[in-house]
Amino acid sequence: MHTYVYRLNVLLTEAITLLALMCAIASLSDKLNVASPSADIQVLHINWFHKQRNGNDEVSLTMNVSADLKSTFTWNTKQVFVFLAAEYETEKNYLNQISLWDAIIPSKEQAKFSYHTINKYRFTDQGNSLRGKKYNLTLHWHVMPKTGKMFSDRIVTTGHSLPEEYI
Amino acid sequence: MGFIGETVDSVKSIQIRQFLSQVVSFGMIVTSALIIWKALMCVTGSESPVVVVLSESMEPGFKRGDILFLHISEDPIRAGEIVVFNVDGRDIPIVHRVIKVHERLDTAEVDLLTKGDNNDEDDRLLYAQGQSLRSKVREQVLEHDVRHIEEKLEEI
Repeated sequence: MHTYVYRLNVLLTEAITLLALMCAIASLSDKLNVASPSADIQVLHINWFHKQRNGNDEVSLTMNVSADLKSTFTWNTKQVFVFLAAEYETEKNYLNQISLWDAIIPSKEQAKFSYHTINKYRFTDQGNSLRGKKYNLTLHWHVMPKTGKMFSDRIVTTGHSLPEEYI
Repeated sequence: MGFIGETVDSVKSIQIRQFLSQVVSFGMIVTSALIIWKALMCVTGSESPVVVVLSESMEPGFKRGDILFLHISEDPIRAGEIVVFNVDGRDIPIVHRVIKVHERLDTAEVDLLTKGDNNDEDDRLLYAQGQSLRSKVREQVLEHDVRHIEEKLEEI
């Protein structure tokens, strides 16, 4: 009852319980944060647009992705993972989401950015339905905390469309 | 003689009783741990509700040795979500992010492509040859079962 081992055991259990409690409270504090992010996505140029040998359409875009995600950071944020997805519908698939570009924002200071880039990942369709296709470009971000629950949100920009013919 | 025999007997019975009592306590501890684990499996709906990150493919978000709590929901899997899956025939759970989603209209099946944040390449080469390409979203069993996109010899 009064041995070192017993006391150590109690100490350890209490320490772990307290740690778990602190992590939970830290995670809950994230809910208090009200974010007001903004984003602007422009497609500057369609570089090429063709059908691959396997029959799937592929398009390459040059875009400008600007956003201000500073308000999504809290004291409990380790990093924010942000990516741009092209979302569209085809006859075969009622939802297609293709991630075109992503980045990791490690700190609040770097959360206001403007990238001029071509798509990092290939924009290919399952099939060849992309001609004249209207699509949304949605900026998604996932806030990854130091401890606790991850949460995510997005901004949708509509009104983009691909050319009627291959380039 | 009878007195000595009685003392020996009583000492033996105490020892046996203590021993048995310790065995039972130990068994109780082991079974409680098992009950908690199974209850967690039930609550989260996942076959393995707690996993450890094994590789550096999701750095700096998840480091090797980090513990993740998983759950399955009825919601469809969307791009950007982090999923945990097993490649057919392997036991190691892979923790990666979904970067492409193609969801069918009629059959509620979905094709997904995943990639680790810290990897340069997506997981195309990781999936087993002929691994089942599509899965009915509502029949998931493992953590978040992921099936890959068949890109038909697409050049990488």
